[in-house]
Amino acid sequence: MKAFTVSKAVTALMLAGLVLLPLYSQLSGNIFILTLFTRIVILALAAASLNLIMGFGGMMSFGHAAYLGIGGYAVGMLAQEGVGSGFIQFPVALAASAIYALVIGALSLRTRGVYFIMITLAFAQMAYYVASGLARYGGDDGLTVYKRSDFSGLINLSDRTQFYYLCLACLFAVIFLIWRIVNSRFGLVVQGLRSNEQRMQAIGFPAKRYQLVCFVISGTMCGLAGALLANNTDFVSPAVMYWTRSGDLMVMVILGGMGTLFGPVMGAVVFLLLEEFLSQITEYWALIMGPLLLLIVLFGRGGIMGALGRAGRG
Amino acid sequence: MAEPLLRVEKLVRRFGGIIATDNVSLDVASGELHAIIGPNGAGKTTLISQLTGHLEPHSGSVSLAGRDITYLSAYRRCALGLARSFQITSLLLDFTAADNVALAAQAHAGHSFRFFTNARKEKGLRDAAHAALDRVGLLHRADVVVSRLSHGERRELELAVALASKPKLLLLDEPMAGLGVTESQRMVKLLQELRKEVSIVLVEHDMPAVFALADRISVLVYGRVIASGDPATIRANEDVKRAYLGDQHVVTHHG
Repeated sequence: MKAFTVSKAVTALMLAGLVLLPLYSQLSGNIFILTLFTRIVILALAAASLNLIMGFGGMMSFGHAAYLGIGGYAVGMLAQEGVGSGFIQFPVALAASAIYALVIGALSLRTRGVYFIMITLAFAQMAYYVASGLARYGGDDGLTVYKRSDFSGLINLSDRTQFYYLCLACLFAVIFLIWRIVNSRFGLVVQGLRSNEQRMQAIGFPAKRYQLVCFVISGTMCGLAGALLANNTDFVSPAVMYWTRSGDLMVMVILGGMGTLFGPVMGAVVFLLLEEFLSQITEYWALIMGPLLLLIVLFGRGGIMGALGRAGRG
Repeated sequence: MAEPLLRVEKLVRRFGGIIATDNVSLDVASGELHAIIGPNGAGKTTLISQLTGHLEPHSGSVSLAGRDITYLSAYRRCALGLARSFQITSLLLDFTAADNVALAAQAHAGHSFRFFTNARKEKGLRDAAHAALDRVGLLHRADVVVSRLSHGERRELELAVALASKPKLLLLDEPMAGLGVTESQRMVKLLQELRKEVSIVLVEHDMPAVFALADRISVLVYGRVIASGDPATIRANEDVKRAYLGDQHVVTHHG
């Protein structure tokens, strides 16, 4: 057994970088990079949650951005109504995401393959239009969150560094949970269902029940990302739920490596840094980004993690 | 007379105008090895699918140990003690052999809503998996990923997976399919051992194997059971010879 591999080394380097980033930001006086990376960490959390159902569970959800919106709107709407406590906002955000996932999952999991992709997409678009219609909460224009979630002095979300570390802690906690889940009895069943559903039913597993619970866990995790995102931008709008955002999350997962623990984090970092970097060079950055992603997906089977794994062996 | 373990009564399944299962009735007694044979297209797989719950019959009933299971889902039947192997090997290709078997054991150890402890380190499940692998002679391949196992090994693994669920009745859909001569002989030997512990319904094309193993044979032609009885009776049956065995000299030669 080889304990030290290229992919492990790169992952460790990336994680160390994420942990030390505020220090760099402080020393160099570059505040922008901290803001950028807060966003990256939050979307990495969202991608990691999508990876749980997509990579490990084989459920290609094309509507995962809906949870970003639900989590975000839970925070924004409560703030608007005068409920500023994070101890209320965050649990509500998670619960709302869980309930949405339960309903959508129960309906979507009746279908398979392309139909599952289409129906999750359709539900997310529905959520998008519902949010656009919320006149009281800004409708199309979105909702400004004037005050970040208040954790009564425990942690101050308006402090950049503290907020960054909160997001990072959430990301690590979620990845730790996913790690435990995929190796548990439950996780093996879900992965078995990805591999061969007919066989799993023949040995006695009711498929849908397990897939639905996995779907809800994943949605709840992404709702957390949504609540953090609203705090990060001090704003939530229907646009966070738009289908292109769901597509971005899928790209992050595939780019980093589906079904790997840290792949989605890697994918989010590379995707968002590329987006940032390319959009500074040219207005037509998507023209470069698209083909670049295509190349990575075509030639780096298993995403970045897959490529690193091969580099380690070869 | 004691209640048979499996009772199939007047089962009918149509596909459009074709009657794939035409009033099939058969009993499998406890401890029996009951073989179902028939030429291609006789409706064997359709029949098996109705026994396992992958296909619903249009009329008739299936009962296991006195309990009506006609419309029960596949996983519920499995919980009641009905295990199957697939004609075309159907395993979790990206899991190891031991994982495949351990999952079957896990399915029968209560629900799997356990999220936190590492299932691969649960001794009970691993032991059960290793015991079942040992039973079919695959213990030395326990930690090999299924996609790297040979076809013969996969057939044996199918059996180990079915055994791990501690079934009362084993439905084997062509376990010798695609096996070489020596592999087939090993499989026959293995089934001869297993039949001492569990009742078996065997669907098989390999006639020497069927006649060597079966207590009773039912012959299916165009969805209908045209004969049912012990191997000697079947071998002597004129209808069967005409419909099916006519040119299979190997049967008459085989002891």
